[in-house]
Formats: sequence, structure tokens, C-alpha cells
Amino acid sequence: MTVTGATLAHMDGIPLAEMQNISVAFGGVHAVQNVTVDLRPGEVVGLVGGNGAGKTTLIRCLSGAHPADSGQILIDGKPVSIANPRDAKAYGIETIYQTLALAENIDASANVFLGRELTSRFGDLDDAAMESATRKVMGRLNPNFKNFKTPVVSLSGGQRQAIAIARAVHFNARILIMDEPTAALGPAETAQVRDLIKQLKSEGIGIFLISHDIHDVFDLADRISVMLHGKLVGTVNKADVTTDEVLAMIIMGKLPTEVTQRDLAALHG
Amino acid sequence: MTNVAGAPPVQGQTKPRSRPSISGLIAQTEIDLRLFGMLVALAVILLAFDIMSGGQMISPTNMVTLSVQATGIAIIATGMVLVIVSRNIDLSVGSLVGFVAMSYALLMTDWFPNILHLPADFPLTWLLALAIGIAIGAAFGALQGFIIAYVGVPSFIVTLGGLLSIRGLVWYLSSGAAVSGLDPTFQLIGGGAAGSMGATLTWGVGVVGCLAIVWFLFTARRQRRRFEFPVRPMWAEAVIGVVGCMAILGLAAFANANYWPKGLATRYAAEHGIAVPAGGLQISTGFPYPIMLLIGVTIVMSWVAKRRRFGRFVFAYGGNPDAATLAGINTRWTILKTYVVMGILCALAAAVAAARLNGSTLDVGQSYELYVIAAAVVGGTSFAGGTGSIAGAVVGAFVMQSIAYGLSFNGVNSPGQNVVAGVVLILAVGFDAWNRRRSRS
Repeated sequence: MTVTGATLAHMDGIPLAEMQNISVAFGGVHAVQNVTVDLRPGEVVGLVGGNGAGKTTLIRCLSGAHPADSGQILIDGKPVSIANPRDAKAYGIETIYQTLALAENIDASANVFLGRELTSRFGDLDDAAMESATRKVMGRLNPNFKNFKTPVVSLSGGQRQAIAIARAVHFNARILIMDEPTAALGPAETAQVRDLIKQLKSEGIGIFLISHDIHDVFDLADRISVMLHGKLVGTVNKADVTTDEVLAMIIMGKLPTEVTQRDLAALHG
Repeated sequence: MTNVAGAPPVQGQTKPRSRPSISGLIAQTEIDLRLFGMLVALAVILLAFDIMSGGQMISPTNMVTLSVQATGIAIIATGMVLVIVSRNIDLSVGSLVGFVAMSYALLMTDWFPNILHLPADFPLTWLLALAIGIAIGAAFGALQGFIIAYVGVPSFIVTLGGLLSIRGLVWYLSSGAAVSGLDPTFQLIGGGAAGSMGATLTWGVGVVGCLAIVWFLFTARRQRRRFEFPVRPMWAEAVIGVVGCMAILGLAAFANANYWPKGLATRYAAEHGIAVPAGGLQISTGFPYPIMLLIGVTIVMSWVAKRRRFGRFVFAYGGNPDAATLAGINTRWTILKTYVVMGILCALAAAVAAARLNGSTLDVGQSYELYVIAAAVVGGTSFAGGTGSIAGAVVGAFVMQSIAYGLSFNGVNSPGQNVVAGVVLILAVGFDAWNRRRSRS
């Protein structure tokens, strides 16, 4: 598979996930046009672009939230059909949405296990077992978290974020999609999420990281895919580019090979 | 990674205050304060009407009558909680009650003897009729639920259509006629002297209820111990157990202090060759069967709402529909099922209504939808979705019925009762909204 203008690291082996020639339109608006990205085990791919670039729409195709109009998705090299979130979860794809997608009227463990509740022999909810498992996973993400019986609505932004992450991590995801995971967090919590991403990466999980924050992406990503107006500008190895070059991709839609000194100067006004 | 499970149990948010205060003690019992407050309000309403009537109103006979009158509304209100929690509404319940009630009447007076040629003394007539009625209710519920969940027509519109057209169908069922003469066993579902359990069974139910409370407290405690979660202090468990058992046995004693009407008791004595003592034969009615039905429905619906995945899905959807969908819940199927449950509950309420009337008329169940919605909302169900309690809705139905009964007992006519019921509904929701705003700030 070739991606314009970029030499790829990790060319060996079959990608964990590939999204090929994905297009999504809402009415007449082409939110995503013919975009191809891929993800390998233990790799973080940063997905960057301005507001409305189509990052979230693209990734919603992979998480089953909104099916693509055309294009195909390959998991472990095999074409698959992901029509809804259940399909995605069955392939080990977990998503942390920017909105967090928590039901605010129920408690932490009910949210972590939502749709995948633990039940007793007779099919009754086993709330105690779910709370116990949630205490374990939250102990890893946010050791100070104690409010296991309170509805999520009364928790802080950081605590909610931890619950959304706990839900993705608990079910042994192979592919993790994180849409602006640190947008609502303070510096300490952001550092915690960064450590977690590094740890999950070392466990061989592939991560799509969507972020506005170019420094976040440069710190964590192995490769960076840039989108502009619903199209893929290109995918680059982080090691081969500077932040200015990525900024030029985000703002001007120009690849590092096309960009001139004048363009870079213009970026800094 | 911190091993939280192995750490000593944390006190969490139920941690008592350092100095014993009343609110701290109440917090330790983990009682549902909202429900408790509503029970207090119900008691206050009944006492106020009792005082207004010069101490005449609160008697076993009146309270049993009031309870049976509240049964139909209360049964349906348990289902309306699930419907409103999942951000929908069902306006068709009254018409559906009318349709199923008329179906019971026609089944037992016409279709069973004339089409199925069932003998008049067939012992399972009542059960067969009930099963068919439940199937009819479930089918109407499934149809409306399908149109709402899969076709995407708003529930207000679909069930408003149901309200009109199902009531119209009742007329076609019986060609406009009232039908009467039900199976004697079926009539027991409606209560009354014969449709009650008698003293012995009532005490039996009371004892079973007490055992259930103790068993429930015990298993809940053992379950929390298993995962080393904080448990209630022993004194709190004991208080809940003792108060619960006393309440149940007290109700049993109260119901047993309601006796058969004199004429009926005398006739019964004559038929069974019992000598009537001076002052008349006193036969305890005990709990009426419709109340037992309501208690059963309340327990099952609470279990469904709190302990089953379906109930969890309904509440999660009400809290955040997108989150429920993204979590992989089949939300359409969940919504459809809430309407099937409503249909079944309407069929049970229709059985009580038809059995009490010993038949059915064109207007059975008329305006039920309004009282049912009022009961659910007074009982703490929020139209914003995601909040509501089954037990609360049942208490809400009793609150509304107590107000109607109390006013009527004190000589207020039915338009006057409606005025008060409407004002109470608005006040209850207004108070709740005010209370929530206050607790949030």
C-alpha cells in the first residue's frame, strides 16, 4: 500500500487495521473523500487536521458509529463489515469518543460495562462483580477515584474521562481509537493519559490518536496522518518531519516535499 | 498497578459524619429517601382527609376499597415509568385497557361457549381468557413499539393515534353494546369479599413477606462482603428488617380487620350450616387478589428495572441515547420491548377492571392514560428521561387515588376532584424541579 509522499515505517507484517478509500457524505457535503489510513500493532497513528477536516467522521466508520458510504475496512488483512458499534467491538475495536458517550444517570461500573454487563447464572445483573472489576481498572487509571456509587453526572471532567478510558481498556482492545482524549483534562491528568498510551502501545495495542494538539501528537505518535477538507493530505513518519512541516500540511495541505521556505515563513506570520 | 481489590474497603461517599447526626444516621441505613418522603406524604394526605371527615375515613373497609381502585392505574404506571424513562410516552393505555376488557367479556360470554364450545364449568376458562388478553395487549404494544422504534414516528403521535383508533375498535368489537356475565373464577381478580384471600392466607403472605425481607437483606450483605465492599452497620440492617416486617404484618392485620358485608356473611353461614353468633358472623376478607396482583407486578417490574439488562438499557438510553447506541445496545429493540411490557400490563389492569364490573362497557379505561402518567410523574419519573422508580410510581398512584377518594368522601364532586388532581400534579413536579435545582447549587 502506498501513501503519497511518505515513506512508511513498520512496512513488515499485516496491518492491524486498514481503512481503504473511505468516503462519507452528509447530504451534499463530502465529509470524508477517498481516505486511506492504516495501523500496525504497537503503533500510535496521530490523526490531525483543523476543525471539520473529517477526522472524527473517518474514525466513526471504524468504530461502527456511522457506516462509510464507500471504501473498505480490513482487520488483520481481511475485509470486514462494520455496520454498528457491536461489530466493531467484536473485532476488538474500542473507542473513546470526544463526547465520552457516558450515560450520566448511571454509575461508573454501569457505564464501563454498558452493553456488556456481567450477569449471574440466571441472567441477573451482577453489580457487585462489575463494581469490583471497575475498581480494579480504575485503580490503574485514577487511583484516587472513590465514587463508585454516584451517577456519572456529579463527577468531574477528569473522572468521567477516566471512566470512558476504563471502558475501552477493560475489554482488552486490540485497536484503540482516542478522539481528543486530553481535551478536558488538567496537566496532571493529561500526563497520566500519556503514560497510559505509552503503556498500551508497549502491550502491542494499535492506537488511532485524534488531536488538535500537535505537541501531543509529536510526543506520542509514530506516524502522523493529516486531513484537510475531508481529504488525506498525507501520512508521514514523525521522525522524518518537523512540527512546522506538519503545520504546513494541516493549514496549507502541502506535503513536506512541496513546501517552500516562503510557506514556512508565512506560517509564522 | 495498584491492587484496589486487595486494599481495605473504602468508606466512599456513605462515610458517616464524625459526630452522630440524624441525617448521618439516616444515610447509614441507605434508605431511598425520596420514596420514604412520598410514603410520609401519602400518610399525611390520608390523615388530613381522615381528620376532615371526623375520623371516619381511615377504616379497613375504606382503605381496602381505595387500594383496589388504585390497582389498575398503579399496575400500568409501573410500565409507564420505563416508557417515560426512555424518553417516550404512551397515550394509548386507556383505550387498550378498554379493548382488552371488552375482549375478556366477549371471550367468556360469546366466543368460548359458541365458537370453541367450551363447557360452562371448564375450570381453566379464567386462565385461557387471561392468556389471550395478555397476547392481545402484547400484540398492540409490539405494533406501536415497532412503528415508534423502527419506523421512527414520534411516540406521542403513534400512541395518540392508538388512543383514538383502539377506542374506536372497542365499539366494533361489541357493536356498541355493554357485555356482562364473566366466569366466576375470573371475577375473583376484581377483589370484593369473595375475591380476597381470607385471614389465614393473608397471615401466610405476611410471614412470607417478612422472610423475603430478611433473605433480601442477608443476601445483599453477603454479596457485598464477597467483594469486600463497605456494608451497612448491623443496627441499620436490624432497623430496616424490623420496620419492614412490622409494616407488612401491620397491613395484614389491618386487612384482616375488614369483614365481609353482613348480608353476604349471613347467606354464607346459611349455605354452610354455620350458626351465626350474636352481632353477626365476622369473616375477615384479608388482602384482595387484585392487591396481590399489584404487589407481584411491582416486584417483577422493579426486578426488571434494576436487576435485568433490559432495565439497565432503558435507563442508559434515557440518560444518553447516543451513549447507549455507541455502547452497542440494540436501542430499537429495547424501545419496542418497553411497549410490549406496557401492553401486557394493560391486559392485567383490564382484567381487574373487567372482573370488578363483571363485564365491560365502551368506556372502560377512559382517561387512564392521564392518571397513569400523573402517577408516574408524581412518583418521581422525569420527562427529561433517565430517572424514575417503579415503587415511586405505585406510591404515586396511591397518592392520586387517595386525593380523589378523600375528596369524594368529604363530599367534593368529580369535577372538583379533577381540579385538585391537576393542581397536585403540577405542584408535585414543580416541587421536584425546585428541589433538584436547590440540591445542585
